[in-house]
Order: sequence, then C-alpha cells, then structure tokens
Amino acid sequence: MKRTAFSARFFATSFRAARSLIAVGGILILAACASAPTPRGTADLATVIARATGQVAILDTSAKQFIGIIDGLGDLSHASIVYSRDGRFAFVFGRDGGLTKVDILGHKIVKRTLQAGNSIGGAISQDGKLVAVANYEPGGVRVFNSDTLEMVADIPALVGDGPDRSKVIGLVDAPDNRFVFSLWDSGEIWVADFSTGNTPVITRYKDVGIQPYDALITSNGRYYIAGLFGEDGMALLDLWHPENGVKRILDHYGKGQERLPVYKMPHLEGWAIAGKRAFVPAVGHHEVLVIDTETWQQIGAIPVHGQPVFVMAHPDNRHVWVNFSVPDYDTVQIIDTESLAIVGELKPGKGVLHMEFSSRGDQIWLSVRDDNKVIGYNPYTFEPIAELPLPSPSGIFMSSRAGKIGL
Amino acid sequence: MYDLRNPVLGAAIALTTVMMLTVFSSFPASAQNSTLERPARNAHDLEQMVRQDCGSCHGMTFKGGLGSPLLPENIAHYSIDDLTTIILDGLPGTAMPPWRAIVTPDEAAWMARYLKTGDPE
Repeated sequence: MKRTAFSARFFATSFRAARSLIAVGGILILAACASAPTPRGTADLATVIARATGQVAILDTSAKQFIGIIDGLGDLSHASIVYSRDGRFAFVFGRDGGLTKVDILGHKIVKRTLQAGNSIGGAISQDGKLVAVANYEPGGVRVFNSDTLEMVADIPALVGDGPDRSKVIGLVDAPDNRFVFSLWDSGEIWVADFSTGNTPVITRYKDVGIQPYDALITSNGRYYIAGLFGEDGMALLDLWHPENGVKRILDHYGKGQERLPVYKMPHLEGWAIAGKRAFVPAVGHHEVLVIDTETWQQIGAIPVHGQPVFVMAHPDNRHVWVNFSVPDYDTVQIIDTESLAIVGELKPGKGVLHMEFSSRGDQIWLSVRDDNKVIGYNPYTFEPIAELPLPSPSGIFMSSRAGKIGL
Repeated sequence: MYDLRNPVLGAAIALTTVMMLTVFSSFPASAQNSTLERPARNAHDLEQMVRQDCGSCHGMTFKGGLGSPLLPENIAHYSIDDLTTIILDGLPGTAMPPWRAIVTPDEAAWMARYLKTGDPE
C-alpha cells in the first residue's frame, strides 16, 4: 500500500518534470521558428547535469528558468563541466569516457567523442586551447584540441615504469598552460607542462601519500593540494616553487584515530577559502575543519549535521555553505566565517548533491537529486527564489567558471 | 507571558501537537520494522539507493569508478551472502565502507540479490 503511494508520487514528480521539459521544448521550437535570435551574453547562464537521463539543462539565472535541455551525453553518473575561454561552449566530462562540447547559446552538441572507458573529470588550459580528461580506464590523462576535440597528447599514468596504470584523480589546470593531477593507485602527483607546445614536459612527484582521492588548486593557481584517503594528512605542491617538491600538511586531517565509514568521498574543489582561513570537509567525521592558510595548520573544527561533501564559500566570503553525504543529504548548513557559528539550516529535499553560487553571489543554486528539482536561494535571506523540475540533477556549473583558474 | 491568541505561537503549538501525535502513533509500526529511527526502505528506495548512492563510486550503470565494477560478470565469484557481508561490513584496506549503521541486513541482502540476479525479490 505504502509502496504504491510512493510510486505514484514518484511518477507524478517525474511527470511534472517531463511536462516542464516539454514546455521548454515548445519554447525552443517557437524560438527556432522566429527570425535571427537577439544576441545575448552567457555570463548569467549555467549548466546543470541530469545524471540519470544523460542530459544537460541550461539555466538562465536572470530569468530563473531552464531555457534549453540537451540530450545524448551518455552516462553522467559522475560528470563535470568546464567552459571555453569565451564562455560559449561547455565541455562535459561523463563517467563513460564521453567528452562532449556543447554550445550553450545554440543548445546543441557541437562535437562528441568517447575518449576512454571510464573517466572522472577534466580541465581546460589557461589559454583555452587544450582540454584534458582524467581517466580511470585506461588510467591516465588525454588531452584534446578544444576546437576539434582531436587528441593532441596521451599521458598514460604508469605505475613505476609500467605496464600497470593508475586511476587519475584531481586533474586541474595551473598557470602557464600546465595540468596537475594525482595517481590514486601509486600515490604520485604529476605536472604536465604544455607551455612549449603539445608535447608535454612531465614532472613526477613520488610517494606523496596513500590513495590521493581528490585535489584542488587555490584560486590564484599557486597551491595544489591533494587529500589522502589511505592515511591522514594532505599533500601540498607549491607551484611557485615546484623545485621544493611535495610536502605533507595537516597531519591530523583525515579519518583520524576513530576510523568512521566514509559513505561518499568529499569533494575538495569547493574548498572554501575566506580571508586566511580555509574551510574543508573532514573525512568521515561530522565536522568542517578550519585551516590557517599561512601556516597550513588546523585552527578549529566546527561540528556539523553529517559527513560534509562540498564546502562552498560565498563570493563575498562571509558564509560557507555545506552539504552532506547519504544519509544526511536532505540538509544544508550555513557557517559564518567570522564567528564560526552555524547561522542557517535548510531542508531543500532528499539528495542535495551540489551547490553553486552566481559569480557575484546574489544567488545560490542547489540540486536535489531524489526530489528531481533544482532550487535557487537568496543567500542572504535563505529564502527560495525559484524551484525548477529536472530529473536527478547533480552538478551545477556557472559559465563564469570560464574566467577562473582551476575551474 | 505567552499570548495564545498570537497566530504564530498558536500555529507552533498546533504543529507541535501534530508532531507529537505522529511520533506516538508511529511507534507500533516502527517496532515491527526492527528499527526505531526510520521506516524500512521499500523496493523503490532500495533500487534508488543502489543506483545512485552505491553508484557514486561504482557508477550508476555499475561499470565501475573509484570503486570496482559491479556487473554480474564482475561479481560472479561472490555469493549473495558474501556480497551482503561486504555491504554491511565493508572491505578493510579499501574505500568500501561498512554500511551497517544505515542499512539493515535484510536491505543489504536485497541489494546483493539485485546486483547478482537483477531479481531482488
């Protein structure tokens, strides 16, 4: 009986989502029939991944509506997006090795290639000419011409001298046309330098720690920091001084003495740096850790609702927003970076997977996977400003990422 | 001190009353489900959990990710009991966590059957 009721509700939700998408489709057809469209910018557009249906929706954050949806992007169960230098094209990295270039003004796929069997994410070079993809299978990084998606470099992540390969994680772009990434299986950080052309100069940093699981680069492109799953601590590479090698920081960061189960790998990309404090998700523990970015020492721990996944700083740095892993992923908490107090708590729905601020911070958008919706909030009043249906939404990516190092 | 004509307070009291009634009336049902913290997950919830939450690491189509692939041919050498135990207790030395704190043994067995045979019931 209960099951029937639930299913009915589920299908009703799905139907509402489908109906809205049909409405969007109708608008698009009408738009296509009209004469030349009015030119517009892309800086207020975002892309949202619909992970279960292999779609990407285009969100107009000014109109607070979806204005397009693109099908046929494959398995997006773990997907991410970077933008072309002009903010017009989105490069979508799918789980199944798919690399797809999407025109977010024309609402269509421009090019698509299945470049590997299993991928985790990608990056675009500082000059916008190269798109790199981190692959699990075959383990390594492949680099493509961003215009044509033709492969220009293949970097197998060899364990030692090979032939075994490692899964690659934490791929980011760094200044002067470099890509930096980590090897999960063999505990290395590699820098691939494309500053002199399409034959990269590779520098390998070995023994950085056991099982690096994700990494970030600070917004100025100076520090690359990998989280370690297999042991406590993080591995830091100072790209101003790569000759100094990788050093270990935050020896107590990690699962610690009491090894709690980790239901979902925290994401480090959203590592919030507000002033000289960084706010990072603890691994397994129900805490957000506060780090001094001058000494790289932990200076505090804030008890939170569950295991944090993303810790995202508001562009004005006053607050950080935190979401959580299963089973606590119906909740979002907001921390004041000055007092370290929790100043807000929201229950947007079941399965809050991702959060993204507009570039100036007047909005924040949340994806609520199991409720098949994306919700926008006013980040000052914590009041919703829009609720838009989309099946199983996950990552939300503002096109303003086009102008940011490491995103 | 508290003005009961205050509509906000009145609503709050009414809501609290409803919540208390809900809590008390749900006790017998909870007891049958052997957990007091939440009702048992139904088949839809379980399928959603396997696809989406296990899929975070193993891929929504079970072709693998940071976690190993879970297609029937990948797990042929494990019995349903083996898989149930792995789900409940994890695999030490790997990133596979023990799910016992949030998944019951019956639910884990359902997931194991789902992965092995596609016919969890």
